[in-house]
Amino acid sequence: MKFNTHIMRVPYVFLLAGLIAVSCGNLYAQNDKLKQKQNDEEDANLMELLENDEPPKKMYTTATFKTTRLVTGHSIENTGKGVLDFRVNHRFGALNAGVSTFFGLDDANTRIGFDYGITDWLMVGFGRNSFMKEYDGLFKVKLLRQSEGKGSPLSLSYMGAMSVQSMPAPILPPGQEYHFSNRLYYVNQLLLARKFNKWLSLQFMPTHIHYNLVPTTPEPNDLVALGIGGRIKISNRVTLNGEYYYRVPGTEQLGYRNVLSVGVDIETGGHVFQLMLSNSRAMTERNYIGQTPGQWSFNKTGTIHLGFNISRVFTIVRPKEFKGSRNSIY
Amino acid sequence: MKKLILAAVLVCGMTTAYAQKYMTRTGKVTFFSSTPLENIEAFNNETSAVLDASTGDFVFQVPIKSFRFEKALMQEHFNENYMESSKYPKAEYKGKITDLGSVNFDKNGTYNVSTKGKLAIHGVTRDVTLPGTITVKDKTVTINSEFKVRPKDHDIKIPGIVENKIANDIEVTVNSILEKK
Repeated sequence: MKFNTHIMRVPYVFLLAGLIAVSCGNLYAQNDKLKQKQNDEEDANLMELLENDEPPKKMYTTATFKTTRLVTGHSIENTGKGVLDFRVNHRFGALNAGVSTFFGLDDANTRIGFDYGITDWLMVGFGRNSFMKEYDGLFKVKLLRQSEGKGSPLSLSYMGAMSVQSMPAPILPPGQEYHFSNRLYYVNQLLLARKFNKWLSLQFMPTHIHYNLVPTTPEPNDLVALGIGGRIKISNRVTLNGEYYYRVPGTEQLGYRNVLSVGVDIETGGHVFQLMLSNSRAMTERNYIGQTPGQWSFNKTGTIHLGFNISRVFTIVRPKEFKGSRNSIY
Repeated sequence: MKKLILAAVLVCGMTTAYAQKYMTRTGKVTFFSSTPLENIEAFNNETSAVLDASTGDFVFQVPIKSFRFEKALMQEHFNENYMESSKYPKAEYKGKITDLGSVNFDKNGTYNVSTKGKLAIHGVTRDVTLPGTITVKDKTVTINSEFKVRPKDHDIKIPGIVENKIANDIEVTVNSILEKK
């Protein structure tokens, strides 16, 4: 019996040691968990400190459109402050004319122009159109900017433009004078846009155009048109764009049609290429919104024009904080 | 027994008193991409940072949209095409100073430290070890650091057309003055 108890004692010791080891292990494990928990809490505290009294900051929505033009018409985008945008636009002849004019490519209307950002909210521009030798000047002001979170849900800009055609004066009966003011056109346009998400932006463009001279007396001198347009982003560098201007009945001139243009924007760093199809081949508002004769149809009666815009930006004025920066192009 | 309790209370009290936090919302972060074709530098003066001097824990948060570029269009492309800042508005470095013992927050001076933590850029989080210096001056702590980030590591796609103009390793410089909170 004595022998037996002796034998039994040994496992007891082991058992005890085992128990202690296990409980200690548990204790350590618990300690680790506690530490981890404490760590997490510390992190949470730090994050809280960062986020708690964060001053509410306005973050403006950027890149509603790729460039300052939707297709031919304006978008709410401006060139940045101190940035010069050199734009070359071409609108070719009618695609439907077929092979004899190489699908219109034989003959092109061009506009060469410059836009410049005086401030981040004011852009001015100047251009020269081959059609009717027309010179145009414009300015675009950002009135409201869409922002993320609190702030405006929409962007609003005003675009004002004026153009003058410089064709030779028509021969008039003696005693009648062809005034310089006969050559002038004025444009007032509001641009209202919203970037709904990364992929979709829409824009509404109520437009007023004044023609100092109209072809016939009964035709109104003031045109009101409602434009609608938008873009769908296909990839980071390619978007699909469209714009349509509806001329309000009673304000339109005779024999013209509403203009519809669809295009693609392709961005490659400093350049934006815009390729488009449109029933207009003009590039001033008075012309493409109010005086588009073409019809959107691919058969013989239609006139659809291929065209492109090329935009190249140059930074003219370096922002102050970059005076001593390491930026350079070799 | 009373003495023991007193000692315990004292120790506890001391640790809480020592839980000293430093913070800023105007930290500076610069990045620099250098290639034979083009050098690009961008500045951010709106970095938030908080440091717990007692534990060595810290968090840096960099709002991506606050990076300023010399070229407005480049800034737009940086946000739209590369960093996708609407989707990933902040870059974050959350970590710990691993050799906290070498820093004396009560004594003015510059101390070299190393840090270990998680660097999150463009939605991709990576474990990193980054060097830095801490300069204690009166009630402020200045954190300086220089390290490299690979766009590829953070799933930032660079198209072939500009591949030669954007460096494989982007040099990041941190210079932030944190104040006692």
